[in-house]
Amino acid sequence: MPVTESLELNLGPHHPSTHGVFRAVVELDGEIVVNATPHLGYLHRGFEKTCENKHYHQVIPLAERCDYMGASSNSLVYCLTVEKLLGVEAPERAQVIRVMMAELSRIFSHLFWMGTHAHDVGAMTPLFYMLREREEIMNLFELTAGGRLMPNYLRIGGLIRDLEDGFVERLRAFTDHFDRRVDEYEELLTKNAIYMDRTMGVGILSKEDAIALGASGPMARASGINWDIRKSEPYSGYEQYDFDVPVETGCDVYSRYLVRIAEMRQSRRILVQTLEKLPAGPIRASKPGVIFPPQEEIYTKMESLIHHFMLVVEGLKPPVGEVYQCIESPRGELGAYLISDGGPQPYRLKWRAPAFVNLESLGRMSKGCFFADLIAILSSIDIVLAEVDR
Amino acid sequence: MKQEEIQEKLSTAFSSEVIQAVDEFQGQIYVTVAQEKIREVCLFLKNDPDLAFDFLSFVGAVDKYPKKPRFEVVYQVYSLKRNHRFRIKALVDETEEASASIDSVVSVWPTADWHERETAEMFGINFNGHPDPRKLLLPEHWEAHPLRKDFSALGNDQDTPDLPPRVRN
Repeated sequence: MPVTESLELNLGPHHPSTHGVFRAVVELDGEIVVNATPHLGYLHRGFEKTCENKHYHQVIPLAERCDYMGASSNSLVYCLTVEKLLGVEAPERAQVIRVMMAELSRIFSHLFWMGTHAHDVGAMTPLFYMLREREEIMNLFELTAGGRLMPNYLRIGGLIRDLEDGFVERLRAFTDHFDRRVDEYEELLTKNAIYMDRTMGVGILSKEDAIALGASGPMARASGINWDIRKSEPYSGYEQYDFDVPVETGCDVYSRYLVRIAEMRQSRRILVQTLEKLPAGPIRASKPGVIFPPQEEIYTKMESLIHHFMLVVEGLKPPVGEVYQCIESPRGELGAYLISDGGPQPYRLKWRAPAFVNLESLGRMSKGCFFADLIAILSSIDIVLAEVDR
Repeated sequence: MKQEEIQEKLSTAFSSEVIQAVDEFQGQIYVTVAQEKIREVCLFLKNDPDLAFDFLSFVGAVDKYPKKPRFEVVYQVYSLKRNHRFRIKALVDETEEASASIDSVVSVWPTADWHERETAEMFGINFNGHPDPRKLLLPEHWEAHPLRKDFSALGNDQDTPDLPPRVRN
């Protein structure tokens, strides 16, 4: 009788495939994963606690640092939540530009996911291809507000400033050729026999499990759930755009790849429509004492200068109440639950981070698979550790 | 279903001792339920064919220190089938002898696992019947509950022993 003994292997916290500092203790039977136990918290910064000690406006850059791959999605959900609390709505132009930023950050995030995921399963080339388009998007971000990774462009009630001259033309140039670029990535991976072998039938997450484990975004849509918050509960005027929600039923790593690739094409479609639509008008709502007055007015009008000064020093004070608002971030349901006690700081901000919840299904998906597949499965979740640990 | 209809349905299914309060803000209704009935209410939310709350967005908590009862445990639910959202809460308190505790809802929505582990370590609330009550984000040996209102954002030497020393004011 041969004696069998399971082996405990420590994966991470510093390992290239964990995309940050993530540690899992993996119990192995030969090469088969018996159990994978994630250990989180290496990047825990106390985001929620910090927010309780900041003015409402000061939370925006902190929020963008949660999911730095889709930074504008974070500031969007935060701004929408505070606006809901205040009963303010951003003007039409600001909403269209917000959609632009959100969709650019979706492409940005999916591109980087595709590059690093392909790299994890042994395909080096896509990483270099996607960096080219990612650079274009970073240049666009830089043009809006200066930041390349985290533009910090959105403000409560609208935007910090209007689009820079030349932004529209450059975005149009980007949308003109981006679909062909996605074709190029697909040529590298979609029908690549090695890639298909590594990903098809790997990391199965059934529809029932996906719902039970709270998976959202591309993870849920790759498991046959037709659910996109942009369609089911539209915000920022998403109901006016024509786009499809890609759904796959393979429930595996390959399906998640297909969903994200299709989503990039849909985001491009939305970007084209925002360019057609882009109305003229103000970029910030007008509500003295709550929303910052336009920059020009600060230099010319006494009242505006006073409002601006008071807002910076004392912060805005929303009415007592609580709201939950969620959006479709590149990773899924990104939500903010915000409580105001009437003071200038959030009383409580609970961040519903999609990467955190999606990671929960790692154990379920990796049970019984090969250890090498665990790496493919982990990267198919598309985690951003800064968002997981907050 | 509209928020009012969901609330109506909850109020007819449970007695007034269970439904302790109904509040509304900006069109979002939230219901406070008796803490010992939380699992029962959650099961009803999930299994009722009209409500069908099959998706749990998050479980979180709020510290209302120095108010009593001190904590609110918040459940934000969504129905993929019916496309509606709702929020319920339960009030829990701690005493000199016992820490705050409430029944776990992991058996209702498995996703509650990590949410409850995080809430437990951040606020010091026990989730009875949780299948894996280890810490999630914080070090095992920390005794502090950082999201409590009486915990300083800077930490202190006893509660956060392995943080580097720094200037505190």
